[in-house]
Amino acid sequence: MATQSLVGTKNRAGQVVTDAWKMMHEAERTPCFFTGSEVIKEAIRRANCDVMIAYPITPQSEAAALIGELFAEGFIGDYFRGESEFAVMSQCAGAAFGGARVFTTTAGPGTMRAMENFPMWAGARLPIQMIVTCRGINSPLSIQPDTLEISYLLNTGMLVWHAETAQDFYDWILKGYMVSEEPDVHLPLALCCDGFFVTHTKDVVNLTPVDMCLPPYDPYRSPVPCMDMECPPVRMMRDPFVMKSNYISYATHASWQQEVWAAVERSRKHAIRWLDGLIEVDKPDADILIVSSGTAVSQGREAQALLEEDGIEVGIVKIKVLRPWPGDEIREATKNAKHIIVPEFNVTGWLAKEIRATIPDAGRVYAGPHVCGGMTMPPEVIAADIKKHLGIKAESLAGRGS
Amino acid sequence: MSKERIKIAPEMFDIMPEEYQDLVDRATYGKEGRGWKDIGTSKELIEEHSLCAGCPESMAFRYILASLPAPEDTVMVGSTGCTSLVFPHVGVHNIHSLFGNQNAIASGLKRALSVRFPGQVKDVVVLAGDGATVDIGLDMTLQAWFRQEKFTTICFDNELYANTGGQESGLMQKGFVAKMAPVGKTFEKVKLPEIARESGCHYVVNCTVSKPNLVEKVIKNAIHVAREIGPTYLQLYTPCILEIGKNSMEGLQEMRDSEKPTERFAYKEYVSDEAKELLTELAAKEKERKAAAKKQLAGKA
Repeated sequence: MATQSLVGTKNRAGQVVTDAWKMMHEAERTPCFFTGSEVIKEAIRRANCDVMIAYPITPQSEAAALIGELFAEGFIGDYFRGESEFAVMSQCAGAAFGGARVFTTTAGPGTMRAMENFPMWAGARLPIQMIVTCRGINSPLSIQPDTLEISYLLNTGMLVWHAETAQDFYDWILKGYMVSEEPDVHLPLALCCDGFFVTHTKDVVNLTPVDMCLPPYDPYRSPVPCMDMECPPVRMMRDPFVMKSNYISYATHASWQQEVWAAVERSRKHAIRWLDGLIEVDKPDADILIVSSGTAVSQGREAQALLEEDGIEVGIVKIKVLRPWPGDEIREATKNAKHIIVPEFNVTGWLAKEIRATIPDAGRVYAGPHVCGGMTMPPEVIAADIKKHLGIKAESLAGRGS
Repeated sequence: MSKERIKIAPEMFDIMPEEYQDLVDRATYGKEGRGWKDIGTSKELIEEHSLCAGCPESMAFRYILASLPAPEDTVMVGSTGCTSLVFPHVGVHNIHSLFGNQNAIASGLKRALSVRFPGQVKDVVVLAGDGATVDIGLDMTLQAWFRQEKFTTICFDNELYANTGGQESGLMQKGFVAKMAPVGKTFEKVKLPEIARESGCHYVVNCTVSKPNLVEKVIKNAIHVAREIGPTYLQLYTPCILEIGKNSMEGLQEMRDSEKPTERFAYKEYVSDEAKELLTELAAKEKERKAAAKKQLAGKA
């Protein structure tokens, strides 16, 4: 265990270990014009990662391969391609059990294939960071953007954040380690974005200096022992409760699940501090609010501008963090809204369901528009849905059959 | 891990559980030349367990833990099954995560330990049943070998799914009638030792656990080869006496019957040229160590 601060020392790549708050909030930023995948690489370059495990699946393959380049350049301790997402997530777990800061990326069917690992990660309190570049999980096969997979992650015990832009992505990858590695949290983070829309488009992103990196992960601050035989092994149980049918066994399992979710809750204060709130609100006094996450928020902003031209004022609530769920913030932000529109890039509208379950007077929530299968969400569609909802006659949109 | 790490502060000694006091005072962490003969004269790294009375798996566990060359720097990885009832009692760090992913866990773990402790011994040993190794986890078993991951895989082969109540497994013998094989298993026992050899394992042994000195030898060989060269595989017959209709005291005889030259657990080994060279070198060193110890003992007398 490090007994002194490592700030000011150099890491394996010669970068200076920097106080994370200073690095993220005070260090000079350089604007760069990068794709989302390149932004992931640049964030990981500065994340002082020990192990990254990769597997090809569109649309995260490019990012996963670019991080291989970082390994070749000496920025990462070890890197390899696993044999499937199920195996990769288990390999990530093994590396995290061994005390490494671990990074991986996946998407769509990969997330689903690996699913058994995620509650295990949370239960074992492994602060692995996984980028999820969301894509369709339906059959017939689709590689297009679709956020349905996020809904499956919401009850795993992982922290779940949903980035809107490449800048969010850059900052949140680095800040994400700081939150998930806190001893009172120590949980995995699924950092989600909408595939292609964020990964394959270029945007201006302000980067922190390349010669600065996060402080290394200290596995001895973990609330559970690191499996490296550097601390005394204990015989955990006289009577393993794993498969026992008795009260002690049930109580142990129940209390541990409660503790995992309490740790999710405890991440709230850290996420609020690092992300400047779990949600972001623009024009909270408007009667009509668009509430969403990911790139649906960007499309909402465009719709907001369109509607403003027609004299209709619309506010925006961007949900940044899905777990822990920002219930209080959403209740507060929507308390005066008469109409709450929830556009989503998936067919089921899971976010609208969550919001309905959170706020009083849930009849105010209009779930939609929903686009899926890779369809885009033109702002005109959001604007037209809002008008329809308000009973304002809107011009019919080509191809909508109405 | 230095033995200092587990020492108890003198003021605290009496309030620690007897079990822990014993582990500190009488266990064989760090003892050179430790082996199965320490059983009975020292604190074992496994004593109590919740396996069935007479289960050969419990013998195997005791011999293996007594034979680890460096338990103070060994992390074991298990899987779901009867072994997962034992691991919580074991005095080395061990990981259970899911069913069948043990070789994937071990791959990540070994990589992380190599990054964090370069140049230091950190042995990783997988110990799982045949369902975990050969059926649900076969992909990850083989891929770890293809990648030449430097850890040992031990399969406790009881030729069925014991913990769930005796269902057919890939390592079950053809024709055996079991749950989920109501008319008898229709295909041959999977030849994993041969597959291990072809998949890049440098040391492969197929045997029973009837002879503790043999278990000690193959465990030490497998771990040393994995540490220095690449993957190794041990397939050990630990019959499920319950599911094959034997009594508690019949496990040993069952193993002896199954290791006869014509039987499926006749001793079989494969050693790569690289591994042969290493094992010869280690054997010479061990001989020297024993001679020196003998000399020292004679000097004292």
